Amino acid sequence: MTTPLRIAAGQGFWGDWLEAPWRQVMGGPIDFLMMDYLAEVTMSIMQKQRSRDPSLGYAKDFIPLMERLLPALVERGVKVTTNAGGVNPRGCAEAVASVARRLGLRGKLRIGVVTGDDLLGRVDELLAAGHQLGNMDTGRPLEDVRDRLQSVNAYLGAAPVVEALARGADIVITGRVTDTGLTLGPMMHAFGWTSDAWDLLAAGTVAGHTVECGAQCSGGNCLIDWENIPNLADVGYPIVEAYADGTFDITKHPGTGGRITVPGVTEQLVYEMGDPRQYITPDCIADFTTIQLRETGKDRVRFSGIRGRPATDKLKVSAAYFYGYKAVGTLVYAWPDAIKKARAADRVLRRRLADLGLEFETILTEYVGADATHGPLALQDFDPADLPEVQLRIGVRARERAPVERFTREIAPLILNGPPSVTGFAGGRPKPEEIVAYWPALLDKTQVQACVDLVAV
Amino acid sequence: MTRRAAKQVRLVDLAHARSGDKGDTANIGLIARRPADYPLLVKQVTAARVARHFKGMLRGPVERFELPNLHALNFLLHGALDGGGTISLKTDAQGKVFSTALLRMEIEVRR
Repeated sequence: MTTPLRIAAGQGFWGDWLEAPWRQVMGGPIDFLMMDYLAEVTMSIMQKQRSRDPSLGYAKDFIPLMERLLPALVERGVKVTTNAGGVNPRGCAEAVASVARRLGLRGKLRIGVVTGDDLLGRVDELLAAGHQLGNMDTGRPLEDVRDRLQSVNAYLGAAPVVEALARGADIVITGRVTDTGLTLGPMMHAFGWTSDAWDLLAAGTVAGHTVECGAQCSGGNCLIDWENIPNLADVGYPIVEAYADGTFDITKHPGTGGRITVPGVTEQLVYEMGDPRQYITPDCIADFTTIQLRETGKDRVRFSGIRGRPATDKLKVSAAYFYGYKAVGTLVYAWPDAIKKARAADRVLRRRLADLGLEFETILTEYVGADATHGPLALQDFDPADLPEVQLRIGVRARERAPVERFTREIAPLILNGPPSVTGFAGGRPKPEEIVAYWPALLDKTQVQACVDLVAV
Repeated sequence: MTRRAAKQVRLVDLAHARSGDKGDTANIGLIARRPADYPLLVKQVTAARVARHFKGMLRGPVERFELPNLHALNFLLHGALDGGGTISLKTDAQGKVFSTALLRMEIEVRR
């Protein structure tokens, strides 16, 4: 077989391990470093940052990361695809360009910028033209939250990434490009795959899905035989080794920790899965029931047989809107009768909230150590009466700030005026948090025009 | 041939799993540890059985999809996350460990 195209995953989300991209570049030969920064509500956080400072609105820590990486990237000829640009890809590219100049890399680097995903300024125009942008989950029309919108972005696919690479970009910085498009783009570019080669596009999409969460396919957060996964402290992030015919291996740099096996990779394949026969992206529909997996070496899984179907004529749109406020308070109760005391405290607190006439959309109580993650299922299997300690965790949510604010004053008093053996309040009073909620919608592809620019260094 | 007695076995001994979220829906991918056990999962871990298992914890229905190529089932648990994402007050707002709660289920095995 010919030499594969090697695409290394460096970040699975904004906040992932800072050492991973560096290790991917330095640990062995790779062609691309792919870094995914955007989760469902990340765009609204970035929008807020840009409203305070128009030069911001992207993953800020991407800049010092690039300062560290750029000399090695240039020396080794490694290209980068990333959606770190958030709601300001151009600002992000300018910041990287200025770092590159400072490092003496003038003339040695071209930065591609992908925009066109940001629809916030076009919402009224789209609604007026009859595009409803209704909520895919609830069916509600966007009009309901029009005055509370904080960001509206279409998910772009691999096409603009391919265009940026074709025009000579070494680093491609995008806004809301799909996680999978960042991996598929380099494959389409390198192998000359056309935009209607559905099986190949589906293969690249599956590759992208497998590595978009970083180490989650190479031993991180892996349940099967987890105690025997070697050396997670030094975990190797995944690398796609792709071939022009659509087969690819998932592997990692030799000598790194973690583990890549069929069962481990399968866990990642089913992560955040909907209908496996139709994994819909802007580029194609991938059929996950056609994936064939085989271990072909140590820490190496071969993917083959993947089939795809034509893409739909819609793009997914992700909007974020102001929803309300929430706060979560916690206290820890100790043996004897830890859970009894925590339950008594919950009753006291709820009674006081009611007496104050506070209105909440929801009050949720969990007993951490007993039922917080498995709910009543946990209590079917064991008796929590003798637990050495239990954390009482109470959350409230409301449309208005005032009741949530008042709730945050009702936790600490329980220390002296509620049930006994209580501790764990060193963090102080909980803070009311603004809730920015996610609004998924669909829009005709014809309404969105991706735009690619090059920034000179 | 004598009929072997049925034994109740917890899913945790037969399968592994991972879960994630899409809005207020949690997904659980349930994967047979041994491919030979996949038909057992298909037969017994039905959408209705999963809905009963999570009784009181879901505001919506359960859907099931089969991935025979991966010896896996995928479940969508609608209305599982108190609104999901940023809205949810739950510790597990993104359904990350919902999968482990399914592994408590017992199914019947004849061996």
